[in-house]
Amino acid sequence: MSVGRILALLSRHMYLYKRSFARMLEIFYWPFLDLVVWGFITIYLEKVGMSMQGAVTFFLGALILWDVLFRAQQGIAVSFLEEMWARNLMNLFASPLTVGEYLTATMTMSVLKVTAVGSLMMLFAWVFYSYDMFHMGLSLLPFILNLVISGWIIGVLTTSIIMRFGQQAEVLAWGMVFLFQPISCVFYPMTVLPPVLQSIAWIVPPAHIFEGMRAVLTTEAIPVTHLLWATGLNAVFLLLIVIWFYHTFNVCKDRGMLVRVGE
Amino acid sequence: MAKSVVEIRNLTKRFQDFTAVNDISFDIKEGEILGLLGPNGAGKTTTIHMLLGLITPTMGSIHMFGLDLATHRETILRQVNFSSTYISMPFSLTVEENLKVIARLYELKHIQQRINDIIKKLEMEDIRHKLTRKLSSGQMSRLTLAKAIMTEPKVLFLDEPTASLDPDIVNKIKAFLKEYQRSEGLSILYTSHNMREMEEMSNRIIFLQRGKIVAEGTASEIIQRYGQRDLEEVFLKLAREEGRS
Repeated sequence: MSVGRILALLSRHMYLYKRSFARMLEIFYWPFLDLVVWGFITIYLEKVGMSMQGAVTFFLGALILWDVLFRAQQGIAVSFLEEMWARNLMNLFASPLTVGEYLTATMTMSVLKVTAVGSLMMLFAWVFYSYDMFHMGLSLLPFILNLVISGWIIGVLTTSIIMRFGQQAEVLAWGMVFLFQPISCVFYPMTVLPPVLQSIAWIVPPAHIFEGMRAVLTTEAIPVTHLLWATGLNAVFLLLIVIWFYHTFNVCKDRGMLVRVGE
Repeated sequence: MAKSVVEIRNLTKRFQDFTAVNDISFDIKEGEILGLLGPNGAGKTTTIHMLLGLITPTMGSIHMFGLDLATHRETILRQVNFSSTYISMPFSLTVEENLKVIARLYELKHIQQRINDIIKKLEMEDIRHKLTRKLSSGQMSRLTLAKAIMTEPKVLFLDEPTASLDPDIVNKIKAFLKEYQRSEGLSILYTSHNMREMEEMSNRIIFLQRGKIVAEGTASEIIQRYGQRDLEEVFLKLAREEGRS
């Protein structure tokens, strides 16, 4: 694995970000808008007396973590779309760049994006709603790391589908993660789900992460069971999705799709 | 006798029922320009894509510099590059930024010096800081050629590098390529629909039809073999024969 080639791909995206209005909106505008809307909803709930204890903590905390998952996924899928739109995939994969280096670069890109979006959202939440996400210390950190890995898994899955089915699947880069939202229990506890969906939610890493987050925010203790479930499931799914991506890449090379993707 | 830098043996590519490349074998010698000629759908581009590792062959082998592409992809692709009218480069980057990314991908040393050199060689100083999306088709062709040459490849694949360009730019590109090939001694696989250009550029020509090699030799040998006046007539004769069969 060559660090130089990974940095080359990162520099390509850095050049793009400094000029792309759409990519900048993803970092500044949309997360800010989400935060403002959910902040007002929370204030409204408190005013009409329908509040539950710590509504701000629940909703804003959940929203910030949801954006971590969403942007981590998008960091990977949109990076691939950028190459597809620019008809640059041939330049990349006819170079010495390996699939492993490509994936590492997009995962790094996703971490950078999450760091930028997460920091800004925490800053906005603190400025506008006096909400300090890390007031209980660094207990949330292992959950955030797991959330980033879940974002990678969904991002690589999305990318492999776009690579296989081309432009008709590109909407998944923005929509795929929402398929997981109902069973990820972002804004409500897992017990709210019907029994069948609860069983499914148990094998969805973000569901454990959001359950864990709520426990951290209310009890300020790390719920070890949820953390272990999330980490274990993420490790298994990450391995499986990387194998799946290599397989899809080889299928696309075999069927001549890699040179036609985006046409 | 010059040694072979590319050795292709029994190369075949099938897409379900369609055979795009059918059991072809040929070599490219060191310092040779080999022309790959044939009508649309003859298998020229598929062959180049297989040589670049972008399409997996159904059968056969590709060796470059004595190494098997299937097992030494990274080592081989460091020494190979390509250019085509049909590819592009990221639109939101300037010409210089795109070249920097490519230089880093191939882990070149003295990147800025190399970029300065190639920009000078291809007379691209005026578009150096221009966004790629604002380039004309001629300027884009020079950029894709620059990205290919900058990495100092030993083998260059050129897939219709002059298609849909105006004659002045075509002349400049051809002159540059011939001069560069002579001075660096690199091997080139060249595809084109322009018969005159093919005659002018290639040391040897392979004529592909329906994925098979139907003729091979120098331009004059092929013309003589088919009893025609020039390559264009040979091309028309073979294309019409294909149409009848």
